[in-house]
Amino acid sequence: MKPQDKQAYLEEYELLKKKGKPFFPYAVMKDSAMALIVVAVIIAMSIILGAEQGPKADPTTTTYVPRPEWYFFFLFELLRVIKPPELVPIATIGIPTICMVLLLLLPFYDRGPERRPERRPIATTAGIITIIAMGYLTYLGATGGSPTEIDMQVAKRYEPGKEVVAGSGCLACHKLGENGNNGPGPELTHIASRIPRAAIIRSVEIGPGIMPSFRELPPKKIEQLADFLSSLD
Amino acid sequence: MPSFPKPKIPDAVVPPPLRKPAKPGSAGTPQGQAPSDLKTSPPERKTAGDKLLDRGKDAPIDALGWVDQRLAVSGFLTGMLFRKVPKGTNWFYTLGSATLFAFIVQATTGVFLAMFYTPSATQAYSSISHINNEVPLGQLVHGMHKWGSSVMVILIFLHMGRTFFFGAYKYPRELNWVIGVVLLILTMTMAFTGYLLPFDQRSFWASIVGININGTGPVVGPYLSDFLRAGPELGATTLSRFYAIHMLLVPGAIIALIGAHMYLVVKLGTTAPPWVKAERPKVASPVSELDAGVNGNGRVDGNRVNGSPVSGEGNGAV
Ligand code: HEM
Repeated sequence: MKPQDKQAYLEEYELLKKKGKPFFPYAVMKDSAMALIVVAVIIAMSIILGAEQGPKADPTTTTYVPRPEWYFFFLFELLRVIKPPELVPIATIGIPTICMVLLLLLPFYDRGPERRPERRPIATTAGIITIIAMGYLTYLGATGGSPTEIDMQVAKRYEPGKEVVAGSGCLACHKLGENGNNGPGPELTHIASRIPRAAIIRSVEIGPGIMPSFRELPPKKIEQLADFLSSLD
Repeated sequence: MPSFPKPKIPDAVVPPPLRKPAKPGSAGTPQGQAPSDLKTSPPERKTAGDKLLDRGKDAPIDALGWVDQRLAVSGFLTGMLFRKVPKGTNWFYTLGSATLFAFIVQATTGVFLAMFYTPSATQAYSSISHINNEVPLGQLVHGMHKWGSSVMVILIFLHMGRTFFFGAYKYPRELNWVIGVVLLILTMTMAFTGYLLPFDQRSFWASIVGININGTGPVVGPYLSDFLRAGPELGATTLSRFYAIHMLLVPGAIIALIGAHMYLVVKLGTTAPPWVKAERPKVASPVSELDAGVNGNGRVDGNRVNGSPVSGEGNGAV
């Protein structure tokens, strides 16, 4: 904005303000109506949806859903879209950080005097694309459930391991045959052809990258799990 | 009967809206009071009781005057209440105060939850069960806090969208936008840290993944996740750390920043919707040339394009 644009804006604003109405009671009425709606909605949600607890937190457990609250789905889903391990830092911190910096500095690089959205094609398009992208990722997150069943046919002795995998939430992040979410973690369908049994155990115990550690699982279960996964080649 | 000493405040220091009306029959016309107002009330005979009652009626006004004489805020308050909002202000402009209101609901319900919640790994879960099942209205308040967080997140995004599409972040409100973005980050931090507190399976494992996600970040990532986890595994220390962040650190910062945000809103005024134009009084030359300049500029697309000869001329004339 050039100095004369600023001057023009301030003058225009003065005029608009003179033509305006006093904050009290006009704006106050609208704000209060809105405040009432907000409280009513919150109370209604509380009554209808309740605040039930899930099962108590337990590091040794085998059933859980490692899913964030819905408003973080878009971040979580970003990991699913960007999968190669070298790119994960970019997806997890890189993109959100860049977006936050761009958002923070917005007034300092978008300095044109125009304010009507239809005459700010770049800003408006960028805004709409961001909304669509975040909406889409949130939708993906909301519909991508966490399966706890594995339909795969396996030999009898691998059944216990299959149950451990199915019941430990692995499928929230890994695809396994027909089941599971494809990402953020790599597909496990043919995991044994890629890494040996010992490496599988190490991953389960350490929890590489964003994966949680399953160190607290009973050793027997880890054995069963490793038996099952290392049979998948 | 004890008689309460009544402070006498010179009229000159009390701003007109707080000035008390002249008492019937009393001598002298206070400033701002038309003498005709006095005609209607004939002098009465007063008993001691009546006098005391009168004094009681005056007390609130006197007290207000007393406080205001020392704080001198009434000028600011009336200025704030009766300031004009520009022509065209519509329902989209309620989103900010709706966000503020959602925050107030969170703060209030949060205080009640804090009275019963125990931030320890062994007791957190059962203290929430206690709130849900035994505390009167406990589940209602807990539910309001839980769903209120979603409502606040939705409202803050809507409010940001409104200011974005209306170009409200432009001169002279750049700083208010910057404060807003920090408020957004802080609100998301509240959402993240609050999620662990019920300490059920969902919150436990989701927080592990969330902390791990922070850990994959470049350079500071591992430090950030170590700081959040407060130990090798997520456990008791993590919980109290999240609790302190959720209860003290971030709310304090949010309250301070909302204060700054509101100060700037009142100080700078809110924008008019970008489509609303002031009809200017039709005056001769210099003003109308300035007019041409503004409109000419307005018609040019893009940021710094100044190709239009109209705008060039207009600006030249200023
Ligand atoms: C706790 C969160 C927030 C609260 C309580 C809040 C509150 C408010 C209120 C009450 C207003 C007055 C006008 C209106 O309601 O539209 C306002 C204006 C404004 N807010 Fe916020 N806000 C918050 C977050 C944000 C965020 C996240 C942004 C943007 C990144 C933002 C940017 C602005 C701007 C630029 C204005 C001036 C708008 C104008 O003049 O038209 N605020 N805010």
